Amino acid sequence: MAIFLDENSKVIVQGMTGSEGMKHTRRMLKAGTEIVGGVNPRKAGTKVDVDGVSLPVFASVQEAMAETGANTSVVFVPPAFSKAAVIEAIDAEIGLVIVITEGIPVHDSVAFWNHAEAKGGKTRIVGPNCPGIASPGKSNAGITPADITGAGPIGLVSKSGTLTYQLMYELRDIGFSTSVGIGGDPVIGTTHIDCLKAFEADPETKAIVMIGEIGGDAEERAAEFIKDHVTKPVVGYIAGFTAPEGKTMGHAGAIISGSAGTAESKKEALEAAGVKVGKTPSETARLMREVIENL
Amino acid sequence: MDLYEYQGRALFARHGVPVLDGGVATTPQEAVELAERLGERVVVKAQVKVGGRGKAGGVKLADTVDEANTHAQNILGMDIKGHTVEKVMLTVTADIDEEYYFSYLLDRANRTFLCIASTAGGMEIEEVAHTAPEKVVKLPIDAGVGVTPEIAGGIVDKAGFPEDLRDQLVDIFVKLWGAFVAEDATLVEVNPLVRTPEGKVLALDAKVTLDENADFRHPEHAEFEDKGAVDPLEQRAKDSGLNYVKLDGSVGIIGNGAGLVMSTLDVVSYAGEAHGGVKPANFLDIGGGASAAVMANGLEVVLSDPQVKSVFVNIFGGITACDEVARGILGALQTLADRGETVTKPLVARIDGNNAEEGRQILADANHPLITVVETMDAAADKAAELANKEA
Repeated sequence: MAIFLDENSKVIVQGMTGSEGMKHTRRMLKAGTEIVGGVNPRKAGTKVDVDGVSLPVFASVQEAMAETGANTSVVFVPPAFSKAAVIEAIDAEIGLVIVITEGIPVHDSVAFWNHAEAKGGKTRIVGPNCPGIASPGKSNAGITPADITGAGPIGLVSKSGTLTYQLMYELRDIGFSTSVGIGGDPVIGTTHIDCLKAFEADPETKAIVMIGEIGGDAEERAAEFIKDHVTKPVVGYIAGFTAPEGKTMGHAGAIISGSAGTAESKKEALEAAGVKVGKTPSETARLMREVIENL
Repeated sequence: MDLYEYQGRALFARHGVPVLDGGVATTPQEAVELAERLGERVVVKAQVKVGGRGKAGGVKLADTVDEANTHAQNILGMDIKGHTVEKVMLTVTADIDEEYYFSYLLDRANRTFLCIASTAGGMEIEEVAHTAPEKVVKLPIDAGVGVTPEIAGGIVDKAGFPEDLRDQLVDIFVKLWGAFVAEDATLVEVNPLVRTPEGKVLALDAKVTLDENADFRHPEHAEFEDKGAVDPLEQRAKDSGLNYVKLDGSVGIIGNGAGLVMSTLDVVSYAGEAHGGVKPANFLDIGGGASAAVMANGLEVVLSDPQVKSVFVNIFGGITACDEVARGILGALQTLADRGETVTKPLVARIDGNNAEEGRQILADANHPLITVVETMDAAADKAAELANKEA
């Protein structure tokens, strides 16, 4: 097993025919992801050849699902069109939509999140501004490099893409069940808590790495959740101890406002919940290695 | 992007929210002309994006045009918590019977918007929430429905605003919501919202934060950009499409991915403790691609900071393999040399990930006198800190 994404995932790409969409469709196919088509109303009915694989382009998510049985969509459409694309996926009641796009206005993210809720929460949204999900050996939906590591017992949830890759790389000999990049925007669909809950329930996952960064209080809330609901060992890492107040550090959500959203507060909350928190990515990897050795 | 009060006030006025007549001045002469037009008692307020300006002497009443001139002369150029006052706002004054607090803001945790209202305005709302929590109401706003007159009426009831102001308040709350949505704001705050002795409700302050991700649909927001107040290096980086934040230290940082760069700042700070307390000079995320051209632009910005004594390039090769990254670094130095800019600061490179061995080999073979390749992030941070301390 893995969480959210596995060998049964049939993936469509919204925005497949754009340059980013094309580049990553090629990479996902190479990683073994079962990609069944793309969506672009202006190119509906055509086929796109990707390294010898002929992928159909559909007019809508609904049509793509009806024709292919797709259950997952990866969104690469530009920020101005992302809201419409995600709402279309929600209306088609696809099970999982992964929004890679960076730079979506937060009013749009709030709108599609609330739309999904109003529809009864049938569609899980991951992102926006995230690398997507990788379940090594099973499927890879998004932009996570597929050749860093293989399948194994570690589950990973992170706000940051490159820190995810860094930790997957440091622990590549152990391997991962699933890594979920939840994204660095102030408003995101799937949270640390959603992933922790799923990893706790996933028999293949034996230990969890949780990566956070400054901004908001998602890590503090995750710490509360861990205290009460997670029995598997969790190792944490928080980035941004030296970030100044009031400055956005790359990710739209990574900002300390007054005394809120500091790395110190997140670290303290996690440690109070019994989570070992690494001072650097390497130390975090060492802590996880110890956890795995003692399982 | 946080707006200045005068910009927020203009934005409120555009959306029909009642504000006091006034304007903005950058020189005492402009302030005099404005005071003459306003024609009565005026208040002169420093325009800075930081709280506490009243205590700092940045808000003064003027009964005459001469006084307005004097106050403008004193306040313009004043330093308030490290912010130099470049502009003053002048408005006519209002008599105040009561002060209220009102805001709409993004509620990250609940992925919705929130209205905060209180009849105890005028001071910090955090303070009120702390000392008299019953006086602060927080109401979630359903983004799909927005703030209708019915919902605005509900806010009036729940916050306990005076009944005789209901119609005015409902109108203001609906219009502020209109502004919040139409302008893609993440915060609109009025503190104080006041009641005059005549029973009129006015917004006496305006605090607005706009979502820069929505700039593409608000070309008119470009006018709010404050190029003069932005650090020149930050402006230059922004013009090159780079994500750069100027900091105070001496170790220049270049990395890929916001999380990894934040982490790099931390690791360099820890390493600096053993090397004279050196700290990172900047945050710079060159993104996933890390091509030679982007690397060159990044290096150029970092090296043009005179405080920088050494540079730490920290790249994880994921999508871009490390051999390409290594060629990117060498290409960047060559590009800078071609532009006539001689690089003299030592550079520590840590490249890891896909094809790491090949990447390191390329840098080793190049045998560039300024480049030191270190295998791990922690050791590389230590080396960069050591070099910065030595050069200082």
